[in-house]
Amino acid sequence: MKNTIEIRWHGRGGQGAKTAALLLADVAFKTGKYVQGFPEYGPERMGAPITAYNRISNEPIRVHSNIYTPQYVIVVDESLLDAVDVTAGLREDGAIIINTPKSVEEITPHLNGYKGKVYTLDAREISMQTLGKNFPNSPMLAAIVAVSGVMEEEDFLADMQVEYQHKFAKKPEVIEGNMNALRLAFREVTK
Amino acid sequence: MAIRERLSGNEAVAHAIKQINPDVMPAFPITPSTEIPQFVSTFISNGEIDTEFIPVESEHSAMSAAIGAEAAGCRTLTATSSCGMALMWEELYVAASNRLPLALALVNRALSGPININCDHSDSMGARDTGWLQIYAENNQEVYDNFIQAYRISEHKDVRLPIMICQDGFITSHAVENIELIEDEKVKAFVGTYEPENYLLNPNMPMALGPYATSPYYMETKMGQNEAMKNAKQVILDVAKEFEEISGRKYGFFEEYRMEDAEYAIVMIGSAAGTTKEAIDELRNQGKKVGLLKIRVFRPFPGDEIAKALAHTKAVAILDRSEGFRAGGGPLSAEVKEHLYDIKADTKAISYIYGLGGRDYTTEEAKMVYAQLEDMITNGTEIPQYQYIGLRK
Repeated sequence: MKNTIEIRWHGRGGQGAKTAALLLADVAFKTGKYVQGFPEYGPERMGAPITAYNRISNEPIRVHSNIYTPQYVIVVDESLLDAVDVTAGLREDGAIIINTPKSVEEITPHLNGYKGKVYTLDAREISMQTLGKNFPNSPMLAAIVAVSGVMEEEDFLADMQVEYQHKFAKKPEVIEGNMNALRLAFREVTK
Repeated sequence: MAIRERLSGNEAVAHAIKQINPDVMPAFPITPSTEIPQFVSTFISNGEIDTEFIPVESEHSAMSAAIGAEAAGCRTLTATSSCGMALMWEELYVAASNRLPLALALVNRALSGPININCDHSDSMGARDTGWLQIYAENNQEVYDNFIQAYRISEHKDVRLPIMICQDGFITSHAVENIELIEDEKVKAFVGTYEPENYLLNPNMPMALGPYATSPYYMETKMGQNEAMKNAKQVILDVAKEFEEISGRKYGFFEEYRMEDAEYAIVMIGSAAGTTKEAIDELRNQGKKVGLLKIRVFRPFPGDEIAKALAHTKAVAILDRSEGFRAGGGPLSAEVKEHLYDIKADTKAISYIYGLGGRDYTTEEAKMVYAQLEDMITNGTEIPQYQYIGLRK
């Protein structure tokens, strides 16, 4: 799959990693790309490790297998670092983004010697500040868009405004908080 | 102008249902097809369609209610997966033998046990002899297109058989991908209104349905069903041709991918075909003459056409996503080999089993299969006639 960006999400059931992958597919679609967003289901239960995937390409995507050599990995829950080999197959010219209050220097020793770029983002803190609750998936979505550069910040925020209006049609009061979470995360992650 | 969208396979089927606006949908939820009745009931409650939704207490009842509604003269559908379809078993035969052209949106999932929610084709392959038409899809686009063509095939007066529109559980049902939708008015004009010849709610022609058939009569009904299956072949091609006119997308019994000069071919069904195409392009770049024959229509089985399309190859690998437990391969391999034998093709055929219970199938595994075929032909290496792909080491 040349010219295709491949992304793997690691989260725990209930944290919205699958939703974030589907939202990333949505926003990339709007930039004219071919996209795939799909979950890999094990036993479905709150808190169990789950994996979700994205492919983003300028050409139609035909492959329907999981992703084994991703360019980017997003870890939505730091506790997974001890449970799952999150850097398995991750390309050295790619990057990993981890939801953690720790610094890059503190977290790198836990990444099985991964030599590519490492980004950290305190998505919990951002979510608590902007939404008053721990929903780390919105900040992590902004983080992967910022790091991968699949689209410009302004276009991304404009698209997400529309997505959230649709998604939260019945609870519009959470839209502003989510938008603020995206804005904060977009800037924080690449600092 | 086609409408550019991104939808999951389940969303794509639900969208086709919305555009067709069938009369009745009885349904009972089961993963991974649950979203289809969910979406449809949302369309109904939003007033977008006026389909009569019947919530029932089991799949046995879902198919029974669907049979009743279709017999009454209503365009009917239901959706299910795996054990849900297993519970419909008796009714699958009733629907087919009573020549009721209802549609089943089947999202393929492994049968228990061990219990598993992921994709394989054991549910629909188990139902291959029930008398239903079966059409399979590689992706969300194909399942959408197949569903739009479904009633035109099933309701045709030369056919009048129920139809199963199958897609791979989770792999396509829950994957969001790009899709081109057709405008509502074009879909409605293409599908048309249902005008059954004989139906229970016709006061001008009272009739009985499903009576007991004694031995002097039973066998002729089976012959009639089989004649309808034969007729379905031409109808499927005619409908596909008309569909191409409104969509620009071409369909037949199967898709041949880089088969013209292929020496080695894979025959398979469903989403894994896309993965195989990717492997083929990589191998073609290395000068390997490899191709794919992807089955779209499994019932009726286009055996002669498949055999002719494969006859020029040196070897074919037939990949089944369900076990046949005949200790020799799956159902697709048995049927393809039968027809290769009939035309006395000088082609070696090897059976493989892959992807059971959602086991992933990768481009590397496709390449391994082609390498085995080539090794067998060029070096005379003995390879097992029946193997599993992607087992844990």
